[in-house]
Amino acid sequence: MITGFLALYIFMLAAFTGYEIISRVPVILHTPLMSGSNFVHGIVLVGAMVALGHAETPIEIAIGVAAVLLAAGNVAGGYVVTERMLEMFKASKPAASQSAEKMR
Amino acid sequence: MTLPTWVPTIVEAIYFIAAVLFIWGLKRMSSPRTARTGIVWAGAGMAAAIIVTFFLPGMHNLGWMIAAIVIGVVLSWIVGRRVPMTAMPQMVALFNGMGGGAAAAIGAVELIKFNAALKLVPDTSPIQPEAWADVAGRLGTTELVLAFVGVLIGAVSFTGSLIAFAKLQGWMDRRFVFPLQRWVNLAIFAAAVVCGALALAAGIEGHAFEWGLLIGFIVLSLVFGIAMTLPIGGADMPVVISMYNAFTGLAVAFEGFVLQNEAMIIAGMVVGAAGTLLTQLMAKAMNRSLGNVLFSNFGGGGGAAQQEIAGALKPIDASDAAVMMAYAERVAIVPGYGMAVAQAQHKIWEFARLLIDRGVKVKFAIHPVAGRMPGHMNVLLAEAGVPYDLIEDMDDINPEFPNTDVALVIGANDVVNPVARTDKNSPIYGMPILDVAKAKNVIVIKRGRGKGFAGIENALFYADNTRMLYGDGQAAASGLVAGLKTLDG
Repeated sequence: MITGFLALYIFMLAAFTGYEIISRVPVILHTPLMSGSNFVHGIVLVGAMVALGHAETPIEIAIGVAAVLLAAGNVAGGYVVTERMLEMFKASKPAASQSAEKMR
Repeated sequence: MTLPTWVPTIVEAIYFIAAVLFIWGLKRMSSPRTARTGIVWAGAGMAAAIIVTFFLPGMHNLGWMIAAIVIGVVLSWIVGRRVPMTAMPQMVALFNGMGGGAAAAIGAVELIKFNAALKLVPDTSPIQPEAWADVAGRLGTTELVLAFVGVLIGAVSFTGSLIAFAKLQGWMDRRFVFPLQRWVNLAIFAAAVVCGALALAAGIEGHAFEWGLLIGFIVLSLVFGIAMTLPIGGADMPVVISMYNAFTGLAVAFEGFVLQNEAMIIAGMVVGAAGTLLTQLMAKAMNRSLGNVLFSNFGGGGGAAQQEIAGALKPIDASDAAVMMAYAERVAIVPGYGMAVAQAQHKIWEFARLLIDRGVKVKFAIHPVAGRMPGHMNVLLAEAGVPYDLIEDMDDINPEFPNTDVALVIGANDVVNPVARTDKNSPIYGMPILDVAKAKNVIVIKRGRGKGFAGIENALFYADNTRMLYGDGQAAASGLVAGLKTLDG
């Protein structure tokens, strides 16, 4: 069980983490990163599944299905779009791209 | 289906690993060399988290669930694969809106369950704390507050993102303004908050609230998202989308707390913070505060009289322009969204390669908000195969313009408009620009004589050292390539 203050600590630490990750990013990566973070909040699908999984009345199920549908779209779309953008980052020197390959 | 008791522990452990992978993936995405693997790591975490969720105890409606996931994934996958790179910003808006809508829907389901459970209890007196545990689906005060806030933020992000999507897609007029709009919007927001607060106050005391309050709260929140986005001009959309991205992250984190789901809390909060910072960076790149973006009517064209621009537009044809650049020492190519719309980036890169073969030093100069989002132009150039070491940011290239023989502006307008430096009455005054006007010669490829996205006349086009090459970006670029080839015989 996560109580109020524990949640506050988690919120605070996660917020700093997010802030630190972004703070030294070159402009060239702003759009892919926005898209990448768009994908990451697709984790809402897990919550939508839980909500639908415990839904009982028809109205709850209907809203739950809508939530899962939307969240699944967020996950898949976010991934495809980000992946397509990042696919294009190549350096002009073959050596550089080879070393990038090695790092994978 | 009965599952062993250790299953929930495994699920928790996978959620933890997923959270680590998200942060690790985002970290890798923040450097060009490792970015491509970052999304794969994050994707692995996401897949694992989704799969183990099926094994949580007490899950029902699995048929519905799988059907909804399959439909959602397949549709988005196809759309995401098919859209051209120029349409990426509105895709981000669309998928972000879907996430916000999902977060709001989760909150709605939890609140409905909570209220339905309370309605079963005789409402003569507030429930005693000891009796709370008997109320199925009960939420504590913190959970209730966060559920309401999450619904509000998620709903605003949902409809707001959809409006942003429609605007960027060209389905809607760019702006929609009426008198006293700000006050109307404020009233809508206040009404939503009042509905939510009344329901919340009843819920905290253990009374069931009227369904009308909850419905009113959700509907008003959705309407506010629309109303808030309508007056914002297209040029500001990237900042707004980034803000809604942060909103969705926060909504996910709050609903994650309601559901006691750590992965959602951490991933949502990281995105919320990262998105907020990204929004600030973007607003800063345009030299505007977030408040200014949201509440001023940018690009309205009205307001104080703008300075008259003297001079005439001087046309040039493609072969002359090609010759001019062929014998130049340094050429800077300044691409804008117009180039991307015309799909001219491949032709332009072909032209640049021919120049490089002749020994001309070619650089691409990118304004932070060139395209429709920061970094969007870099992505489009990368798609055409332009290596990223030829691409220079504004701060690096601006000092070089006085030494540049020819600056070739293609499809860019507002980001090279010197009015941003000189005319205090201009709506873009103060926005940092590329100092193209300082180059020895400027060639502007432009489809027609229209104004830029912000709807402002461009003084650069009338300058003595500027020549206009009229035509569609693709045709003009082809003309330049042909001009160079005839030179070589």
